[in-house]
Amino acid sequence: MRERVVLSAADVLPAPREVLAAVGMSLASGDARADRAVRAAIERLAVEAHPEGVFEEVPAGSFAGIYGGEGRNENDTPIARILPRAERLAIFAVTLGEGVSRAIRSLFDATDFAVGALLDAAASEAAERAAAAVERRFEAALAADGALGPATLLMRYSPGYCGWDLTGQRALFAALAPGECGITLRESCLMEPLKSISGVIVSGPAEIHDIEANFEFCPECVTQTCRERVRLARSAAPREG
Amino acid sequence: MDILNDIAARLEAGEDEEVGALTEKALAEKLPPKEILDRGLIAGMNAVGEKFRAHEIFLPDVLMAAKAMYAGLDRLKPHLEREGVPSAGKVVLGTVQGDLHDIGKNLVAIMLRGAGYEVIDLGHDVPPARFIQAAKDTGAKVIGMSTLLTTTMPVMRKVVEMLRAEGLAGDVRTIIGGAPVSADYAREIGADAYSYDGAHAVERVKSLMAEV
Repeated sequence: MRERVVLSAADVLPAPREVLAAVGMSLASGDARADRAVRAAIERLAVEAHPEGVFEEVPAGSFAGIYGGEGRNENDTPIARILPRAERLAIFAVTLGEGVSRAIRSLFDATDFAVGALLDAAASEAAERAAAAVERRFEAALAADGALGPATLLMRYSPGYCGWDLTGQRALFAALAPGECGITLRESCLMEPLKSISGVIVSGPAEIHDIEANFEFCPECVTQTCRERVRLARSAAPREG
Repeated sequence: MDILNDIAARLEAGEDEEVGALTEKALAEKLPPKEILDRGLIAGMNAVGEKFRAHEIFLPDVLMAAKAMYAGLDRLKPHLEREGVPSAGKVVLGTVQGDLHDIGKNLVAIMLRGAGYEVIDLGHDVPPARFIQAAKDTGAKVIGMSTLLTTTMPVMRKVVEMLRAEGLAGDVRTIIGGAPVSADYAREIGADAYSYDGAHAVERVKSLMAEV
């Protein structure tokens, strides 16, 4: 199963309060200038974002090879524990397109730093929404396949996080070949365009994602959002009782 | 209000057009460009940095103030160059190889420029050798490195090691920053300084410049 997912900018636009929250502000602060700047950033995102992505289902055995990558993952990782109990897996990549990165650069070049930074934050939120949209398509495909149980939960994991070394991108890209969406990999394993996300979507019983965040590398993690993501996904999953 | 205080106050409020106009007015009144820079623009930017560190204002406020600072600096630059006013020093700056997060680095660049430094911004995903080469090419005395990812922290160590291997560690100082790094990590890899935000980076760079 492989599907290309083309979205509209409207599908992924974040709300002003979400963008401001990403830079530590709230609309309640009543800063009219910040409000104008965030709205300008979102308007620009609506013009420049051309979100699209692709996912491809892979058997667990194949994914183990992809995940192994270049042998640089941490010894014990959440994904390594989750994989044996995963039911279905899809590797994916999504992007907002190069226009967003160009717009951020041009705003900074024009010394419009606030709108540039807010566009950057808005684009990061939008890329997450695009990844979530691809996840929903995979979920719909599984549903059509009769592969969703009442306690099934889908979660996304990406190279560079949770002990999955960034060099894992190379094996992921070799398997997925997302060139049809215009996404390529730099030598340093960063994606072009910059506002892109790649990884694996894991479908299985919800409890397989319930792993304590007490791995060796957890204290150094800058996001610290994994438990919250699982909690939110569980609360949003309508199939669970 | 004294025109320089007015420039600083307008800059703090992020009023870029007013800062540009007041800078022109100050020049027309024959105030020394260096004084306009120090007591107007840099004073305003320092106040912004302090408020940001005290959590009294937020990132967009700092960036709007920075835009105002650039509006004044654009008018001032030809006069500073004509009078041979030197920059406070050169700093090579970049987000390390494997990392694309450069908003924090950009903020440091803005604050350093606001404090009178010449910044050679190498962008993001910068390989270790490029930091060294840029310092050699420009005569910069400080290399600043930023990262948001734990996986790219070792690149900072590599830059420090390369500087040592080339015998440049005494002439070129290093400063690191970014969410996953710390003063302890800076010490561990032999970097000369650590900074937790843009305003703090200016203070630390000032100290490093004084050492070389």
